[in-house]
Amino acid sequence: MTRAAPGSPATSADRLQRLLALVPYVISRKVVGLAETAAAFGVSERELVDDLNMLWCVELRTPDPYCPIDLSYEGGEIVISKADPVDRPLRLGVDEASALLVALRMLGEVGAPEDPEASALSRTIAKLEAAAGEAAVPSAQVAVEVDQHAERSVLERVTEALAAKRRVHLSYYVPGRDEATERDVDPMRMLVVEGRTYLEGWCRRAEAVRLFRLDRVLRIDLLDVAAEVPQQAEHVDVDQGLFRPSPGDMRVVLELTPRGRWVAEYYPCEDVTELGDGRLRVTLRTPDGAWARRLALGLGEDGRVLEPAALAAAVRADASAALAHYAQ
Amino acid sequence: MSRRKTERLLSLVVCLLSSQRYLTATQIRAAVPGYPESFDAFKRMFERDKEDLRELGIPLDMGTNGPFDEEVGYRITRQAYVLPEIRLEPDEAAVLALAARVWHRAELAGAAAGALLKLRAAGVEAEETSQPGIEPRLNAGEAAFAPLWEAVRDRRPVTFRYRAAERSEGQQRELEPWGVVNRHGRWYVAGHDRMRQAVRAFRLSRIEGQVEFCGPPGSVTVPDGADVRAMVRAWDDRQPGGRTAVLRVRSGAGFDLRRRAARQEPGPDGWDEVETPFAEVAWFSEHLASFGPDVVVCEPADLRDAVITRLKGALA
Repeated sequence: MTRAAPGSPATSADRLQRLLALVPYVISRKVVGLAETAAAFGVSERELVDDLNMLWCVELRTPDPYCPIDLSYEGGEIVISKADPVDRPLRLGVDEASALLVALRMLGEVGAPEDPEASALSRTIAKLEAAAGEAAVPSAQVAVEVDQHAERSVLERVTEALAAKRRVHLSYYVPGRDEATERDVDPMRMLVVEGRTYLEGWCRRAEAVRLFRLDRVLRIDLLDVAAEVPQQAEHVDVDQGLFRPSPGDMRVVLELTPRGRWVAEYYPCEDVTELGDGRLRVTLRTPDGAWARRLALGLGEDGRVLEPAALAAAVRADASAALAHYAQ
Repeated sequence: MSRRKTERLLSLVVCLLSSQRYLTATQIRAAVPGYPESFDAFKRMFERDKEDLRELGIPLDMGTNGPFDEEVGYRITRQAYVLPEIRLEPDEAAVLALAARVWHRAELAGAAAGALLKLRAAGVEAEETSQPGIEPRLNAGEAAFAPLWEAVRDRRPVTFRYRAAERSEGQQRELEPWGVVNRHGRWYVAGHDRMRQAVRAFRLSRIEGQVEFCGPPGSVTVPDGADVRAMVRAWDDRQPGGRTAVLRVRSGAGFDLRRRAARQEPGPDGWDEVETPFAEVAWFSEHLASFGPDVVVCEPADLRDAVITRLKGALA
């Protein structure tokens, strides 16, 4: 069963599911506000009132007409006085139990082990497994790995800086430029995306929000200064992927041999064309000319630069200079 | 239609949960408003309704009330229906709310939201008010995830067209899937490859076209102790270390090579001697060539030749 994500138009089944959750939601809280409940279920107050009316109207006809649910929402407060058959939520399905358990176990790979969160995490997993029963079993067959390449001490210091809201000094490796850079950063949050851990922060050198891959942090020091994230700093929208082309980026066209095809899997390409015999033509966008030059040099005959001409020339010049060292 | 159907399904659930006894189709039709007059039309609609309830995970039980009952009846037992009691401390509820956000827009996002709704209905206060310092995300992934997860969950064999790396043509594969693993942000499926009679892992992004089931639910047996994570890791890993490369690196360059260096010494005329461990010539030669004229390989010879080949390729 694949259910629609929140926000998509609800089917009868989706709505039934909401109705069956709504009753115990109210009952377990005794009295609850209309606005608060609507927000919890992601519906408007009008939709919620319609749900409540539908519940109130349930009538079974035999042996005698009988209304099993009684409720009121006068003055914006919902009270359900009678709803015996459906007063508790439906048990978790396999997909539901798995979605949460897989995510919880993934969280366990992120934090430092002595993290106090860790014990809350294992308690939550145990309670959820117990409540889900049989439905929890298949979740063991899904796993999400998080790279453990970042130094523990880096991870711990980032966690500490976030908790204490302190500025940090980073010595950070930038592979495109093949150098370590020094910068002060005001930490915003830690992100785990595509299996890697990042610090998101306001970089005082770039005066912009930047993501720092923790396995490229060479050194991190907590400074005796409170973090000051400016008002205009916005979280990076990581859902669109980490590489996001901007209009000013360089457009790079490469022709790849079968051995170079990994490029199309590894980097988001604007265009991928099969050329036959396993060869591909791909179009990438990057703000970083040095990165593109390194990529093409490493690929050698497995990736030829078709465009731009200046990049192709730079790659040939680099290759020729490098080969000169071997000719000596 | 949708509203009337919701009302009917709701009444049906309430009716079946209210009764201790199995109710026949005729009894259900008499009790639940909204079914059509014609018995045939009723039967068809009732069949669809039963299917809808099962899809929602509502445990519909079939049986008779005694040995003399001829007609099969239906009921929902409270014990099978109800989520067992669950009480979470505030710190546990915060962790749960964080976990529910992990799938975000990825495949099981709807399931995670549904689960959270039920747990809130059970009284858990998992509000998304706090700004946690950490935000783990699973990126929305490959189209093959949904059918493969279904196959793993329901223990069904599958068949699909797979294009292995460096191949231009896909090949049809038949797999008993044991599990799905996300590694470096990419999804893999691992299991028993029926054609090769061996354990194999596949990257979902290399599956071409549809994944199809080729056996009934329950027909796959996952061996005890099968470690799908280890299977994917073995398939994917470049083992670090093993061999040592002796390099000449221009001072101020080759930062990444120096980071991993076992030994480095400043040499004459602006070049340093750096010794770096590596495992695989193919991958490491690519990495070294990417430094262009800033790195020269002294030893071993096969690595040196591989880098020269790459550089000549870039020159052509």
